[in-house]
Amino acid sequence: MASIQLEKVSVSFPVYNAATRSIKNRIIQSATGGQIRADATSQRISVVQALQDINLSLENGDRLGLVGHNGAGKTTLLRVLGGIYEPNSGRVSVSGLTVPLFDISLGMDQESTGYENIILRGLFLGLTRQQMEARMEEIADFTELGDFLDLPIRTYSAGMQMRLAFAVSTSVVPDILLLDEGIGAGDAAFLQKARERLARFTEKVSIIVLSSHSDDLVRSMCSKAILMEHGQIVCAGPTDEVLEQYQARRGF
Amino acid sequence: MSSETQAGESPLLSQFRHGLNPEQIQRAVSDIVAGWERRELWMTLGLHDVRQRYRRSKLGPFWITISMAVMVLALGLLYGQIFRQDLHEYLPFLAAGFVIWGLVSSVVNEGCLSFIRSDGMIRQLNAPVSIYAYRNLWSNLIAFAHNIWVFFGVALWYGVDLNWNLLWLPVALFVILLNGLWISLLFGLLSARFRDVPLIVGSIVQVLFFITPVIWRPEMLPGRALLLDLNPFYHLVEIMRAPMLGQAPALEHWLAVLSILLVGWVITFFFYSAYRWRIAYWV
Repeated sequence: MASIQLEKVSVSFPVYNAATRSIKNRIIQSATGGQIRADATSQRISVVQALQDINLSLENGDRLGLVGHNGAGKTTLLRVLGGIYEPNSGRVSVSGLTVPLFDISLGMDQESTGYENIILRGLFLGLTRQQMEARMEEIADFTELGDFLDLPIRTYSAGMQMRLAFAVSTSVVPDILLLDEGIGAGDAAFLQKARERLARFTEKVSIIVLSSHSDDLVRSMCSKAILMEHGQIVCAGPTDEVLEQYQARRGF
Repeated sequence: MSSETQAGESPLLSQFRHGLNPEQIQRAVSDIVAGWERRELWMTLGLHDVRQRYRRSKLGPFWITISMAVMVLALGLLYGQIFRQDLHEYLPFLAAGFVIWGLVSSVVNEGCLSFIRSDGMIRQLNAPVSIYAYRNLWSNLIAFAHNIWVFFGVALWYGVDLNWNLLWLPVALFVILLNGLWISLLFGLLSARFRDVPLIVGSIVQVLFFITPVIWRPEMLPGRALLLDLNPFYHLVEIMRAPMLGQAPALEHWLAVLSILLVGWVITFFFYSAYRWRIAYWV
C-alpha cells in the first residue's frame, strides 16, 4: 500500500552567496559584532520560502499533476516527496518504494560499457547487482543496442544514451514514481516503442506525481492536479478544472 | 517563490536546536546504518572513482603503485643520506610511513569533498547521504591496497622481520577507517556549508606531513617534544607502522587513537543529527 501524507509542510532555503559561505566573514562578523552596521544587508542571510504550508494526501491509484510557472515550488515539492529535502517544519509520511526520476541519465558513467551502466543505474534505483543481472537480457533487448552494449557509452550518440537510460529506469516498478518534466526518448520509431513501455510501466505504479509545463502531458497522465504559486497550493482538484484555472491566471 | 529576509536569531543556531530532538537523532543513526546497507552502490562508485583517474592509461591504477614506489625510493635515498641512516632500516620505515600517510591524508582531504563532489547525486537520489562518506573510504582503501605492495617489496628486499605482529595491521586499518568515517561525515558537512574548510584542512594536512614522523624518526627529535604527542596523525600512523616493521604497537598510541575515535564520533554525531538534513540544501 503506497500513500503520501503531507501536513503543513514548509521549506525555506538559506541563500548563501560567496561572502556568507566563507569562514573568514563569519569570524570577522562575530569579532566585529555589530560594529560595521553600514552594510546591514550582509548581516542577514536571505531566505527563500520555497514551500509554505503544503497539505497533500495521496492514495493508491492517484495520478497527480503539478502545474505552475517556473519557480512555483514544483521541483522542491517533488524533492520533499522523494525524501531528498527534509522540510523545515511540518510532517511528511511516505510509505512505499519511491523512485525520483528527475534526470534519467543521472549516474551514467561515460567510460563504462553499456552493460556496466545498466548495473550502475540499477544500484542507483535501489536494486542489487544480482537483481539487475536477472533483468539484463530484457533491458538489453529493449534498447536494441546489440553489440554496442560492450562499448563505453561515450561512443554512443545522445539518442542511444537516452535509450539505455530510459530502458533501465523503466525496468523497475516502484510504488511511487516522481517525474520532473517529460521523458523524451530518441528517434521516432523508438519513441513509439518507448510510449508503449512507459504506458505499461506507469500502469503498474501505485502513485505518480508529475511536474510538467505541458498541459497535454498532464491531461493525458493525471486525474488530479494542483496549481502552485509562490510555494503555495492555490487550487487543487480534477485536472481539467485546475488547468482551466491555470490558463485563466496566465491571462488567456 | 516568495523571498524574505530573516533577521534576529542566527538561522544556524535555530537549525541546531531543530536538529537535536530525538527524532532527528534517530534519523541520523538510520542514515548511517542504511548507508552501510547500500554498500553495493558505494563500492561501485568508489571503484569508478579510482578507475576514472587512470582511464585509458596503459597501466591503469598501477600508476598508484608506481608513483608511490618512485616517491619512496627517491626520498629514501636522499633523506637516508641527509640523516645518515642505514638504508636497511630507514627505507622500510619510510615506505611504511609513506603508505600509511597516503591513506590517512587523502581520507581527510577527500573527506572534506565527500558531499560537495556528489552534489548532483545528492539532489536527485533519495539515498542516505552517508553513502558518500563510505564511498570516500572505499576509493581510498582501493588506492591503499595498491600502495601497500611498495612497502612489502621494500620489506622483502631488505629482509624486514615480518612476524605475527603483522596481524595488528588489519585491526589498525579498521580503526583508521572508523576514524575516517567520522572525518568524512563531519568535515564533509562543514565543507558543504563553508567552502573554505577543504582549503584550510588541505594546508593543515600539508604542514602536518612535515611535523609528523614520516620521513624522520621520532627518536631524532630530542626530548620527545609535546609537538609529537599532541599530533593525532602521529598516533594514527604509529599504530599501523609498528606492526608493519615487526613490533607490537605501543599502548599509548592505541589509547590516543581510541580517544580520538570516541571524541570524534561524539562531536560528529551532534553535528550530523543537527545538520544532516541541510546537506541537500547546501551542496
